[in-house]
Amino acid sequence: MRKFKEFIIEKLILLCGLASIFFVILIFLFLLKEGLSVFKTVSPFKFLFGKSWYPISEPAQLGILPLILGSLIVTVGAAIISIPIGIASAIYIAEIAPLRLKEILKSGIELLAAIPSVVLGFIGMVTLVPWVKNTFHLPTGLTAISGSIILAFMAMPTIVSIAEDALYSVPKSYKEGALALGATHWQTIYRVILPAASSGILAAVMLGIGRVIGETMAVMMITGNAAVIPQSILVPVRTLTATIAAEMGEAVVGSEHYFALFAIGIVLFVISFVINVTADLFLHKKQ
Amino acid sequence: MKNPHKTQKIAFSLLFLANLLVVLPVGLIVLIIIQKGFPAMNWQFISDIPRLGMRAGGIFPAIIGTIYLVLGAIVFALPIGLLAAIYLSEYSKDNFLTRIVKLSIVNLAGVPSVVYGLFGLALFVVFFKFGASILSGSLTLGIMILPIIITSSREALESVPQSFREVSLSLGASKWQTIRHIVLPNAIPGILTGTILGLGRAAGETAPILFTVAAFYLPQLPKSIFDQAMALPYHLYVISTQVPNVEEKIRYGTALVLLVLVLSMNLVAIIIRYKFRKRKKW
Repeated sequence: MRKFKEFIIEKLILLCGLASIFFVILIFLFLLKEGLSVFKTVSPFKFLFGKSWYPISEPAQLGILPLILGSLIVTVGAAIISIPIGIASAIYIAEIAPLRLKEILKSGIELLAAIPSVVLGFIGMVTLVPWVKNTFHLPTGLTAISGSIILAFMAMPTIVSIAEDALYSVPKSYKEGALALGATHWQTIYRVILPAASSGILAAVMLGIGRVIGETMAVMMITGNAAVIPQSILVPVRTLTATIAAEMGEAVVGSEHYFALFAIGIVLFVISFVINVTADLFLHKKQ
Repeated sequence: MKNPHKTQKIAFSLLFLANLLVVLPVGLIVLIIIQKGFPAMNWQFISDIPRLGMRAGGIFPAIIGTIYLVLGAIVFALPIGLLAAIYLSEYSKDNFLTRIVKLSIVNLAGVPSVVYGLFGLALFVVFFKFGASILSGSLTLGIMILPIIITSSREALESVPQSFREVSLSLGASKWQTIRHIVLPNAIPGILTGTILGLGRAAGETAPILFTVAAFYLPQLPKSIFDQAMALPYHLYVISTQVPNVEEKIRYGTALVLLVLVLSMNLVAIIIRYKFRKRKKW
C-alpha cells in the first residue's frame, strides 16, 4: 500500500516538474490559435511593416510598424540610460562597497524591484511628465523619453542583480593574481574582473532589455499612446504592449481587431523567448 | 600617463554616483507617496465603497478583490510550484529533459505580463468560458508567479545538506519519506519566502488582470469566484488615467495602500529569511 502511495506521489511530482514546459507550450498555442486568424485578411509582411494602425476604421488597417518603432525607440532610450548605470552599480556593490553600505544599496534595489509598475507609472505621470514637458518646452510631457526614463529605472534591478552575480562568480584567484602583480584595485576590476564576467553581464543586459520590452502599465501611462511612426524621442509613442492593454478592452472577441492584438502578443512572445534563451546560453557558457 | 591611483579615485566616485542615481529616486518615490497619500488615510477610505464616480468614498472592494485574487493565485501555484521544485531538486537527473524544464521556467518568468493577460483571456475567459472572473484572474496570476515559487523553493530544498538525506535513507526511510520528513521541514522558511514574494508580485500586477477579471467600477463585493472584481492596481490605473478630476489625495492614497500591501509582504519575506539564517543548524 505504501509503495503504491509513493508511486502515485512520485508520478505527481514528475507531472508538476514538467508543468512549466506544458504552460510555455500552452501559452504559445493559445496565442497562435487566436492570433494567426488575422493573417487571413492581412499578409504577415503587411502586418509587420504596414505603416498605419487604424484597427477600427473601415476597412481596418493593421500595420504594426509604428508600434514596433514605438517599442524600439523607448527600449533603446531605456537601454542607453540603464546599461551604464546598472553595470556601474553592480561593480560598486560587488567589488567596492563596504559591507554595511552594500546591504543598504542592495535593499534599495530590492525595494525598487518590489514597487508595482502601475505605481511607478503613476509617479512618473505626476512628477516626471511635467518635468519633461517644462525642460524640453513640449506641448505634452507624455513622450517616448519619459517612458525611457521610467523603464530604465525598472530594468535596473534585473541588470544590477544578475551582473552582480556574474562579478561575484569570477574566481578570487584572478583578482589576487592581478593585485599581486601591482595593479590597482580599479585596474584589476577594469582589466581582469570585467572581461572575465562579460558573458554574465551580457546576459544581465539582455534580460534587462527583455524586461523593458515587456513592460506594460507604466509605459501605457506615460508615453502618450499615439500610434504614429515616431520622428524623435520627444513625441508621444505607443508600444506593442500598451496597444494590447489599451485596446483589448474594446475589441470584440472574434473580430479582426481581437485577432490582430493576439498577433501582437505572438510577436512579443517570440521576442521574449529569443531574449531569454540567448541570455540563458550566455549564463551557462561561463567556465 | 596619469596616476593610476587618481584614476581609481575618480572611477570609484563615478561608480558610487551611479548607485545613488538608482537608490535615491527609490527612496524619494516611497517618501512622496507616503507624504502625499497619508492625508487620505482614514477608516472610511479603507472600509467604504467608491462613491461619486470614484471621486470620493473608499477603496474597500478593490482591496478585497486583490486579496481574493492573490489567495486564488497561491492556492493554484503553490502546490504545483512546490512539487515542481521537489522534482528539480530531488528527482531530476542532469540530462536534456531537465535542461528543457529549466529553460521553460526561465521563459515563463520572461513572458511579458500583458501576454499573460492575453493567454488568460484566450484560455480561461473564452475557451473554458469562465468569463471575466476571479477564477480566470487567479489562474492567470498563478501561472505568472509559478517561476518565482519554483525557483525559490528549489533553492531552499537544495540548500538542505546532502548528509541529512543520506542519514535518513540509511535508516531505512524511503525516498519520499526522506523528502517529506527531513528535506521539506528544513526547507520551509525558504519556501515561505518565495511564496510571499510571489504573493507580492501577484498583488501588484495589473496587465494580467486587465481582461481576465478587473472591473472598472463595481460598488459591491464579489459573491463567488465567477464574479468580476475590482483590484487595487487596476483601480489606481483607472483613477489616474481614465477618470478626470479625481482628487490628488485619493490617487496618492490608493497608491499608498497598494505600496504598503506589496512592501509589507516583501518585508515579511525578508524577516523570515533573516531569522532563518540566524537559526540555521548547518
